[in-house]
Amino acid sequence: METLIDIVLLSFLVFTALAVAKMNDLFAVVMLSGIYSLLSASWFLDLDAVDVAFTEASVGAGISTLLFLASLKLVGRYEKRTRYRPLLALGVVLVTGTLLIYGTLDMPHFGLADTPVHQHVAPRYLNDSMAEVGVPNVVTSVLASYRGYDTLGETLVIFTAGIGVTSLLRVSRRTKQEEQRNVPADMQQQIILRVVAKWMLPLIMIFAFYVQFHGDYGPGGGFQAGVIFAAGVILYTMLYGLSTTQEVFRQELLELLAAAGVLIYGGVGIVCMILGGNFLDYNVLRHDPVHGQHLGILLVELGVGITVATVMITIFFKFTWRTVKHKYIIK
Amino acid sequence: MVRDVISWIFLLSGSFFCLTGGIGLIRFPEFFSRIHAASLTDTLGASLILIGLMFQAGISLTLAKLIMILIFSLLAGTTASHAMAKAALKSGMCPLDQIDRGRQPTIKSYRDQDIT
Amino acid sequence: MNIIGLYNYWIVVVLMMIGFYVVIAHENLIKKLVGLSIFQTSVFFFYISTGKISGATAPILDSRYNLYSNPLPHVLILTAIVVGIATTALGLALVVRIQESYGSIEEHEIQSQDTKDQMESQLEAYGFKKKHILSIQNLDE
Repeated sequence: METLIDIVLLSFLVFTALAVAKMNDLFAVVMLSGIYSLLSASWFLDLDAVDVAFTEASVGAGISTLLFLASLKLVGRYEKRTRYRPLLALGVVLVTGTLLIYGTLDMPHFGLADTPVHQHVAPRYLNDSMAEVGVPNVVTSVLASYRGYDTLGETLVIFTAGIGVTSLLRVSRRTKQEEQRNVPADMQQQIILRVVAKWMLPLIMIFAFYVQFHGDYGPGGGFQAGVIFAAGVILYTMLYGLSTTQEVFRQELLELLAAAGVLIYGGVGIVCMILGGNFLDYNVLRHDPVHGQHLGILLVELGVGITVATVMITIFFKFTWRTVKHKYIIK
Repeated sequence: MVRDVISWIFLLSGSFFCLTGGIGLIRFPEFFSRIHAASLTDTLGASLILIGLMFQAGISLTLAKLIMILIFSLLAGTTASHAMAKAALKSGMCPLDQIDRGRQPTIKSYRDQDIT
Repeated sequence: MNIIGLYNYWIVVVLMMIGFYVVIAHENLIKKLVGLSIFQTSVFFFYISTGKISGATAPILDSRYNLYSNPLPHVLILTAIVVGIATTALGLALVVRIQESYGSIEEHEIQSQDTKDQMESQLEAYGFKKKHILSIQNLDE
């Protein structure tokens, strides 16, 4: 029965991808890519990857669709037809696909337990994680403790993306004046949406904190929590205007918090070195190694959550300022 | 045993409404009727399936989480349909019966081959 | 060669090739970014489906279960998803700036405008004054 669900879900994924390739209305393409992300989140859930499904649903179906739509407003909705038939591209794709399928004939079958992937490293993590780290969610313990250095690099990548978008899409003072004058008037009539957004915002934020701190015992952690928090703020911004939200989330505060998140993460590592251990070796943080691991994981996940939330909010704000500039100043 | 039968009834009827919503989404000729079919999936289909799952969960933390999911999805789903219909009206579409009464839309909400 | 056992790898290859085709054959920059994200997700499927064990549960330790799926691919793919969204955001910001500079995001129009600018600047370097240059024809025609 599970095989039937697998086959149906995978076929849906292929049909959605084919539809994305064929259509030339970019609005429909972006919506289909959101559906594709949700279907892949269900497929991840079927593969027992609950943390990954959570992240893919929130990041792929939430933030990614949002950013694509914001840039679609700035660039134009339709794709022009190519003037030639891309037969060479089709040939290259078919040859590569055939070679790859020939390569998969040697791979171990789906679902077997004695493949090379499951030897050595993974059983050690599964067996020793409770004794060494003391956290039930093995993915969180591997992400934040055993492979904490990679997660530091990942947080830096998000921070760099925030810096990049900030330097590419600058905001001028004239744009801010136009926004303050014009945009709240556009959204005054959406009473139902405004009331519902006001109701939902505290629920979304409480859920974000729940996901952040419950990541040790169930699916969750810093990334998902940061994205959910950003999604709540973005919902509020879309209905009440940028100036209203920027009275709380000022630009300087967002930049400060993004850097502070990375600083917390790196700072935990340096404190561990000062106290006598290696970089990001949480055992030395408290009197007892397991308590030290708990404290270390809590702090680094907090740093990750703060950075991800503020960078996602910053990126969305930059795109929205650009749409204000296009709408009221350029056109 | 009785609990299983009740949860089966709810799950099956929820799936039936989801299927009907999907068929309606493809077969209805016009945008506003399609919004109605899609919102059917979101409200009735999801609610019945969640209530069926509540019977399977028993009295536990899972039941509280399922109730919260139900409330939130009802709130968000209906608001999304409202937002879609309002956006369509604002951009100039109007439902078919208003076209029959003489109002001219800026954008058509149907394809010509679907209406005849 | 068990078809059911290898079906998920073949779907991964099909999705990867669809994403690859969209990136190299379509000319609109936003379409290319969507195709790139399809390509990325197919790689994620590949990694995570190698970690699945039949009859196992999610890798959250609990006293009721004793067989867990492999947590290591989950960690790697979590990082990969977040890095993917970071690069997509940066790519979209670049597309917006390209639209503002060139006026279009179709590849051939951007290229012809680049070549036209290059030819004009070369002619100017050779000493031809601006008013003597008749307007350079659009290279597509």
